[in-house]
Amino acid sequence: MSEDYNPDKVIDSREAACPGPLMDLIGQVKSAKSGEVLELKTTDEGSKNDVPDWLDKAGHELLEVVDQGDYWSIYVEKS
Amino acid sequence: MSTKICVVGGGSGGTIVANRLADNLRPELESGEVEIVVLNDTPYQLYKPATLYMAFGRSEVSEVKRPVEELLDPRVKFRQKKAVSINPEAKTLDLASGETCNYDYVVLTTGSKLAMEDVPGLKEAGHHFYGPEGSEELREELANFDAGKIVVSVIGVPHMCPVAPMEFAFLADDWFRTRDKRDDVEIVYTYPMNDIFGMDPIADWARPLMEERDIKTETFFNPEKIDPDEKVIHTVEGSELDFDVLVAIPPHKGDDLIKSADLGDGEWVDTNQYTLEAERANDVYVIGDAADVPTSKAGSVAHYESGVVADRLASQARGKTPTARYDGKTVCFVDGVDGDKATFIQFEYGEEPDLPEESKLIHWAKHSYNEAYWLTAKGLL
Repeated sequence: MSEDYNPDKVIDSREAACPGPLMDLIGQVKSAKSGEVLELKTTDEGSKNDVPDWLDKAGHELLEVVDQGDYWSIYVEKS
Repeated sequence: MSTKICVVGGGSGGTIVANRLADNLRPELESGEVEIVVLNDTPYQLYKPATLYMAFGRSEVSEVKRPVEELLDPRVKFRQKKAVSINPEAKTLDLASGETCNYDYVVLTTGSKLAMEDVPGLKEAGHHFYGPEGSEELREELANFDAGKIVVSVIGVPHMCPVAPMEFAFLADDWFRTRDKRDDVEIVYTYPMNDIFGMDPIADWARPLMEERDIKTETFFNPEKIDPDEKVIHTVEGSELDFDVLVAIPPHKGDDLIKSADLGDGEWVDTNQYTLEAERANDVYVIGDAADVPTSKAGSVAHYESGVVADRLASQARGKTPTARYDGKTVCFVDGVDGDKATFIQFEYGEEPDLPEESKLIHWAKHSYNEAYWLTAKGLL
């Protein structure tokens, strides 16, 4: 369940167009510590593909993509 | 009491909006009902798109700089002052000189600045072409480069002139090809996203051209630090890339004035994409890179936005309801293919561009516009 993730950082990129949300996430992952959980809030549907692809390349874990109705929450754990 | 309109910034957006206003409000300016003031911290305006060509010896400093005062309508007052903060409630600007400047309406055209220091090692190891000094240094580097690896790396997004990095890669390819050095020079272009550009039609246009010209590409490439001694880029993704010359598109930042009044969450002003008014303050308009509207940080955006803001402000100064609206119009040339071929893109909000085939005709149209740019800055073109 998404509420169990208790994110260490919440990145609100709602209304930002591509590539805003992913770049916002990358910026925050840089400064996060190993094991920290980040929540990316996005209204850009493209993020549902871009973010998992980038996480795969960068070696971080995708925990869950949650449809919140008018936006998506993407939960990520820094490796 | 006259209506005072302050324009903060003497770049493209600043001089165009001031000159268009002076034209629209000629009777009111002459009767003293309206006053227009432009504030800029330096006496010069820089035509930034042309600095790309300086790196290849195709343009000189004298061609990319003009005194702001010479570009302005004589009825516009120019003050060489740096505005450091804004108080939208009191309608005042604090100047670095310690003075306070009041306004009835203010237009923020504060642009963006390079933040080389945001990436450790970048300042020591990286070159850029976003200003005369950087381009002059890069020109010397290229002029004396015979063999090795050049990495053109887009580090900061968003950045000025979004297509400029790929233009640089094409121009570098031609530069070394025409000097019979291309077989000894490897060119690598890197981009932070999972493609070579953020808009699919442009990526689809450029990809085969880069492949044909042996311009190598790396995607999902986000430099975290640079080792200036070993000349290696280390990325957030955990990869490494060595280089002999690093041409960086550094992270960009907005003016500190934006943060002084919490006008946006990050570097840019939270701006209504149609009216170009700041969302968090009254009687504040925003033009160009400083605005967070969903289009490119391109000179053409500042150009088209300026006409809209001038129209709206002229209506307001006359006590009428402003109706002009910015539809997101953006135009960019994409130059440099084989040194003398270009295409162009044009789109509005929500649209994707359709690129014509690159040609010499479009290349010369681009260079003709570069020559004519100063008429745009004067609000005439």
